[in-house]
Amino acid sequence: MTSEHTADNLARILVIDDELAIRRFLHTVLSNEEFVLHEAEGGHAGLAAAAAFRPDVILLDLGLPDLDGVEVIRRIREWSQVPIIVLSVREREDDKIAALDAGADDYLTKPFGVGELLARMRAALRRSLRQSPEPVFTSGDLVMDLTLRRVTVKGEDIQLTPTEYDLLRLFVNHAGKVLTHSQILKQIWGVAYQEQPHVLRVNISNLRRKIEANPSRPRHIITEPGVGYRLSPER
Amino acid sequence: MTDNNDKRPSPEALLKLAQAEGEQAGQGKLKMFLGYAAGVGKTYAMLESAHLRRREGRDIVAGYVESHGRSETDALLEGLEVVPRQEISYQGVLLTEMHLDGILARKPQIVLVDELAHSNAPGVRHEKRWQDVEELLAAGIDVYTTVNIQHFESLNDVVTQITGVVVRETVPDRLLDIAFEIVLVDIPPEDLLQRLSEGKVYIPSQAARAIEKFFRPGNLMALRELSLRRTAARVDDQMRAYMETQSIAGPWPTMERLLVCVSGSPYSEKLIRATCRLAEELKAQWYTVYVETPGSSSHVRENREHVWRDLRLAESLGSQAATVTATSVTDGTLAYAVRHNVTKIVMGKPNKPRWRELLHPPVVDQIIRRSGPIDVVVVSFEPDGTSAAGAKRKQRLPFEFRGYAASVLLVVVATLTCQLLQPFLDPINMVMVYLLAVILGSVKLGLKPAILTAFLGTLAFDFFFVPPHFTFAVANPQYLITFAALFSVGVVISTLVSQARERAEVIRARELQTASLYYLSRALAAAADIGAVLKAVIKHVGEALNARLVLFLPEGERLDIMAASKGMSVDLKEQAVADWAFRNRHPAGRGTDTLVSASLIHLPLQTASNVLGVMGVSLESDSDYRSTESRRLLDAFATQAAMAMERVQFSRQAEQAQILQARENLERALLNSISHDLRSPLASVTGVLSSLRDEGAHLSEPARRELLDTACGEADRLNRFVGNLLDMTRIEAGALRLRREACDVQDLVGCALAVLEARLGDREVSFRMPPIMPLVPMDMVLMTQVLVNILENSIKYSPPGSPLEIVAVADKGWLELRLSDHGRGVPEQDLKRVFDKFYRIPVPEGAGGTGLGLSICKGLVEAHGGRIKAGNRTDGGLTIVIRLPLDVEEEKKI
Repeated sequence: MTSEHTADNLARILVIDDELAIRRFLHTVLSNEEFVLHEAEGGHAGLAAAAAFRPDVILLDLGLPDLDGVEVIRRIREWSQVPIIVLSVREREDDKIAALDAGADDYLTKPFGVGELLARMRAALRRSLRQSPEPVFTSGDLVMDLTLRRVTVKGEDIQLTPTEYDLLRLFVNHAGKVLTHSQILKQIWGVAYQEQPHVLRVNISNLRRKIEANPSRPRHIITEPGVGYRLSPER
Repeated sequence: MTDNNDKRPSPEALLKLAQAEGEQAGQGKLKMFLGYAAGVGKTYAMLESAHLRRREGRDIVAGYVESHGRSETDALLEGLEVVPRQEISYQGVLLTEMHLDGILARKPQIVLVDELAHSNAPGVRHEKRWQDVEELLAAGIDVYTTVNIQHFESLNDVVTQITGVVVRETVPDRLLDIAFEIVLVDIPPEDLLQRLSEGKVYIPSQAARAIEKFFRPGNLMALRELSLRRTAARVDDQMRAYMETQSIAGPWPTMERLLVCVSGSPYSEKLIRATCRLAEELKAQWYTVYVETPGSSSHVRENREHVWRDLRLAESLGSQAATVTATSVTDGTLAYAVRHNVTKIVMGKPNKPRWRELLHPPVVDQIIRRSGPIDVVVVSFEPDGTSAAGAKRKQRLPFEFRGYAASVLLVVVATLTCQLLQPFLDPINMVMVYLLAVILGSVKLGLKPAILTAFLGTLAFDFFFVPPHFTFAVANPQYLITFAALFSVGVVISTLVSQARERAEVIRARELQTASLYYLSRALAAAADIGAVLKAVIKHVGEALNARLVLFLPEGERLDIMAASKGMSVDLKEQAVADWAFRNRHPAGRGTDTLVSASLIHLPLQTASNVLGVMGVSLESDSDYRSTESRRLLDAFATQAAMAMERVQFSRQAEQAQILQARENLERALLNSISHDLRSPLASVTGVLSSLRDEGAHLSEPARRELLDTACGEADRLNRFVGNLLDMTRIEAGALRLRREACDVQDLVGCALAVLEARLGDREVSFRMPPIMPLVPMDMVLMTQVLVNILENSIKYSPPGSPLEIVAVADKGWLELRLSDHGRGVPEQDLKRVFDKFYRIPVPEGAGGTGLGLSICKGLVEAHGGRIKAGNRTDGGLTIVIRLPLDVEEEKKI
């Protein structure tokens, strides 16, 4: 089903999912003043639609019948940096990691609630619209000023090691988006460290101890088990 | 066995009939065209019969029909399909033989096979054509064949006696017995001679002279009578069998039992045949026995072969054959006779010279004297210059130079001793010195040197110490007695010693064999799987017989080598032989009658119901392949191995059946649970949705809100339940894959708490952990699930708002996680069952849930190599303790 009318201020969403029920649900929820929806039933149709429709964000189901979801991501990434959010089922961590490494921005586990979906989509849209990173990041009682190189929690200065700072900055630059272990390791420590997650763990643990009110119930740096970490977005 | 005089058919008779019928089913039928000489027209009759069958519409082919150029026979071959013969090149000559595999592939209803007694060329599967015929019959193909009366085993020597011509190609008598129909082709001898003069009888040019001798009227008449009589005997048999099953009173068999003893001498063969005929006349069972005595083991191996051949012959003629060990032939024979209730012992007339009979009373006499109530039948033979087994068996003892030298030495020493003691000793006591020397010689040196010692000792004593000295003359004739005594002492002692030694040898050899069988069966009893069985067989059989083995087991349609001794390899030819042995359930290869050119002997591993494989054996020396002992041992080993393999097979089947049963039970429980626990939340959701749809307009906003909240909660619950089911299924199916990584315990707890955020509400959750805590190797996703399940449990079974405690410590290489609540806890006796599938704590309110949560925890924790335990707190509440190893080498996959 194609959209009724296009307008410049509406965000364009492409949904690639073979299940009619999901598409109907998304259509109902997302067709309002904010978004314009386009649907595709399979991988190949999705690729064609991506080229033709030029969406601002793509919702991609990993379990497509005709083409592997990861393959779809790879092909889109060859010519576009459009945010892609994948929809997957529980316990397919390998699939999620593969999708993220191939270039997906985020994922949602079915069954998901609409609130979560909208939050992720909006965050993804915000990120893609932003031309340059914001200098100051604020989330709850955490404030990070990238120009001044200053991190405060509840107004108090926090001393971070250079590695911890780089780590936090990476998270801030991708706030709201999940980063896989290997992505983080590659960025901060280099390709050689890609398979050494314990280095990452220790640093995350230390970082949490410094910036979280209760390190055992973190509010900022959220663990995505088996996949990676995510910094909760600005609020 | 009981004497049956009453009218009912004996069970044995009925059983025999049933067996015969059973054997007939699936077997082809053999129709034999029997004649008393070449040229009576058997082939012609067979072909005529074949045409009759063909006109009736039966599928009949000619496997091998020899017309020998006779035009009438050739004419009859027209119109019959002929299976092409196979060509074999032998010593530069091209021979043709019947193509057995071709016929088997063609699978006709009836096949014509001429000349049953023919010996096949080397390189063909079987040595004899009658073996080919047996294989055809086993494959369900009917066979028409021709054969002359003189080819049958039991009549072979009688025919030789009649005609003076030795017939070498023989056919076992049992073929005559299994034949479905016998057609006696008979013409008066005069007519036959007429045909001979007309050139209508085939004579191979080499045998011209022999044939002349053969085709004399007297011979022909005698042969004709023989064949008529034999056919009549068979009719008589059939009639008797019929009478027995119909329980018609008649002259019943006399229940005689005959025993014949073979020694490997050339006459044994005749004795066996004679006993066979006698047994037939008397309708008696007969036994053949070979008695192994201590003296006989010193015989050269050739003798063993003859004995073996004789025993096989006896078996093929229908006797029960056995080998026994005893101190003497007489003892062994009589013991066997008594044990088997023998009524007559058949012996050959002794033909040794009289003087030897005085020294060693012939066995016949001994048996006659000691047989008690058993009759002894003595059979005489004409010495036959052309006996097939006429090779003289020479006992060649190695020339023991050292033994003789030692005896001379002994005598010299004795003489010197006597010389020294001469002043002090009487001559009579000097004899004692020589006696000592003789005794020493007998004990140590063996029979011949001992005799030499005695002889030389006597001479020396006479020469040196008996007056007149230094002559061989004897003044006092009493010394002759001394000489005789000395001599006989020597002989007696050495004989005794050597016998005792041999007996000990025999017993030792037997004991070794028994021991090897024992060790094998013990090893097999302990074997848990086929691999262990095969290894045990190779080891023990190899050791016992100093052999190397190859073991074939069926894989799908073919045989594959499953195990072999070190360095053993077989080529395709051996595999083909093994294949044959497997399919026909019959030994083949070296030392048997089939496929003798193979390099191994192949024995099928079979039990009463099954063939499980083939054992190929390579023995040390050539004669081992035919020796009774080795064969007996190999048979015993093969049976043991087969039984062990069958047992392993059965136990595996039983195990699988058990597993299947357990799985079915679980599936049933699962289905029961699913059906309830899936439907309940669904019912709620459906209820809510339908309310909203149908009654939506009438509902107030708060009411609508409440309904929607309920539906969301129930949908969540359903989702969790489905997740549990999936986890459980994966654990049960063994499809769990652990992705172990070094994880932070705090992280783990954080994830679990995040999942339960909503349901925790305002409960206080405390988490304690030492400041320095190592990273723990675990699968983060799965362990999160474990903690979630446990905490969910605590939430369900403890009062809302009551706190939860989590404590983590590192303890001697283990991570210990304690999760506690302040609920009601679990009754002591149920603590162990908490982790069982579908166990629910008996709570009146029925908090719901599948009962799977904790058992999933157990599965996941144990998959990590860890332990989980439940206990009650002293001040009320349940504590679950999880221990995970801190040190794991590599990723494990369950």
